Amino acid sequence: MKAEHQTVISGVGQSDVGRRLFRDPLELTLDACVEAIHDAGLTTKDIDGIATYPGPGGEPPGFSGAGAVEVQDALRLELGWWSGGIERPGQLGAVIDACMAVAFGLATHVLCFRSVFEGSAQGGGGRAAVMPGGSNRAAPRASGFMEWVLPYGAPSAAPWIAMMAQRHFHEYGTTPEQLGQIAVNARRNAALNPKAIYTDPMTIDDYLASRVIASPLRLFDCDVPCDGGTAMIVSHVDTIPDLRKPPVRVEAVGTALRGRPSWDQFDDLSTMAMRDAAVQMWSRTDLKPSDVQVAEMYDGFSFITLCWLEAMGFCGKGEAGAFLEGGHNIARDGVIPLNTHGGQLSSGRLHGFSFLHEACVQLWGEGGDRQLTSNPQVGVAAAGGGPMAGVLLLTKS
Amino acid sequence: MAPRFDLPTPDEETAPFWAGVNEDRLLIKHCNACGANHFYPRPFCPTCWSTDVEWCAASGRATLYTWSVVYNNDLPPFNERLPYVAALVDLEEGPRMMTNVVDCPFDELAAEMPLEVVYEQVSDDPFVKLPRFRPARG
Repeated sequence: MKAEHQTVISGVGQSDVGRRLFRDPLELTLDACVEAIHDAGLTTKDIDGIATYPGPGGEPPGFSGAGAVEVQDALRLELGWWSGGIERPGQLGAVIDACMAVAFGLATHVLCFRSVFEGSAQGGGGRAAVMPGGSNRAAPRASGFMEWVLPYGAPSAAPWIAMMAQRHFHEYGTTPEQLGQIAVNARRNAALNPKAIYTDPMTIDDYLASRVIASPLRLFDCDVPCDGGTAMIVSHVDTIPDLRKPPVRVEAVGTALRGRPSWDQFDDLSTMAMRDAAVQMWSRTDLKPSDVQVAEMYDGFSFITLCWLEAMGFCGKGEAGAFLEGGHNIARDGVIPLNTHGGQLSSGRLHGFSFLHEACVQLWGEGGDRQLTSNPQVGVAAAGGGPMAGVLLLTKS
Repeated sequence: MAPRFDLPTPDEETAPFWAGVNEDRLLIKHCNACGANHFYPRPFCPTCWSTDVEWCAASGRATLYTWSVVYNNDLPPFNERLPYVAALVDLEEGPRMMTNVVDCPFDELAAEMPLEVVYEQVSDDPFVKLPRFRPARG
């Protein structure tokens, strides 16, 4: 049996989500964790593994609500394996690590979580408060990678990804109207999600009227910082009789990193690391892109999602613009319903894990008002941009 | 001095690059073993791993790979320069580097356009120049 088939996702959980909740971030984290444990029909005594991204505390403010050790202690877990850290194949790399630990036999039920409080931590300071160096740090240093980008006023992912989008526009004729469909689609879906942050209707004209942040990216191409926690349980397939409901099955994962791992030196800057992670994932399954009925794919910036669409083979390389035209293909009744919870663009920057959460919700048919009427049997959850990418192909039991 | 975010913080390996820029030279690393050029500068050749690498002056000619007109940056001193052009350029010698494009109307920016380096002083104390690029003349 291939390793992925030894693992299932047995439960998911999510705390309250808000622009600024001003609540203890560990409490938010634990709300999500406890909900996931109960959703699986388990207790804290059953949990013998932890996997989290990005590990505890640190910079930028609000980027991590809790680390593995804090959660282990708070829930008094007895662990056979645990892991927390940022240097991995994207946020969902933590969940893929958990799958490997379960397949390897080091743990049976791994609690995976990711929590943020960037909304509260930024306060009124906005994004400036989370820029490299931070607006309140005394001695800014343009060293390491930053030495080659910060002197030119490119301090963060916004201008880096803007430059990639511009290259895609140049090579393939992609237009702002086409890219904007990702934001419009997210807003449309967010209106059906009770935890979403922005639910006011948005038209493509609203999108085009929003101010340019770093051309060609506009305000509505950028996700919204928030507070909240998301969790899921990765369990061994042999425990299915112990679980509360038929779990979501892990069919294949992708984690590859090829070429130069950077935001500016990758061999083809009209795409990112997901190009290779997706190829690897498809090499590990007999399923095809046309089998996928729902896609939950990272949208820290809308252009990242465009790259995921191409990388996953939902359209050809360079064809995402035409695929997105009018937004029909990614709509709820389209070829590949995309980011059915509203994504990070409209439902908050829960940072990667919310995509896996939503994919499981849709496969379980538990989406409430936002449940796809097609009741999908196969879904993907993908997270990461630039040099980070991790993806899981999931099937209904 | 007010905090500013545009000054490079060289280390032992990168100091020659910035010293070169201050003297109007754009230095990249060249491998004497395999002939490859590379950037960012490393103490060994990333192509063949030889340590027989040396600094050499680039021509300063480049083409524009991609760019972004940045309208939003709260960090000083960029917040006083908005909007400006952040860009990735392909040096004639091969390596790609981040820079700014200056002296070019935004609507005339185009991928593959020929550029040439200009050395612009951004600070008196410390004395710091940055390598930026403008549309090639002649």
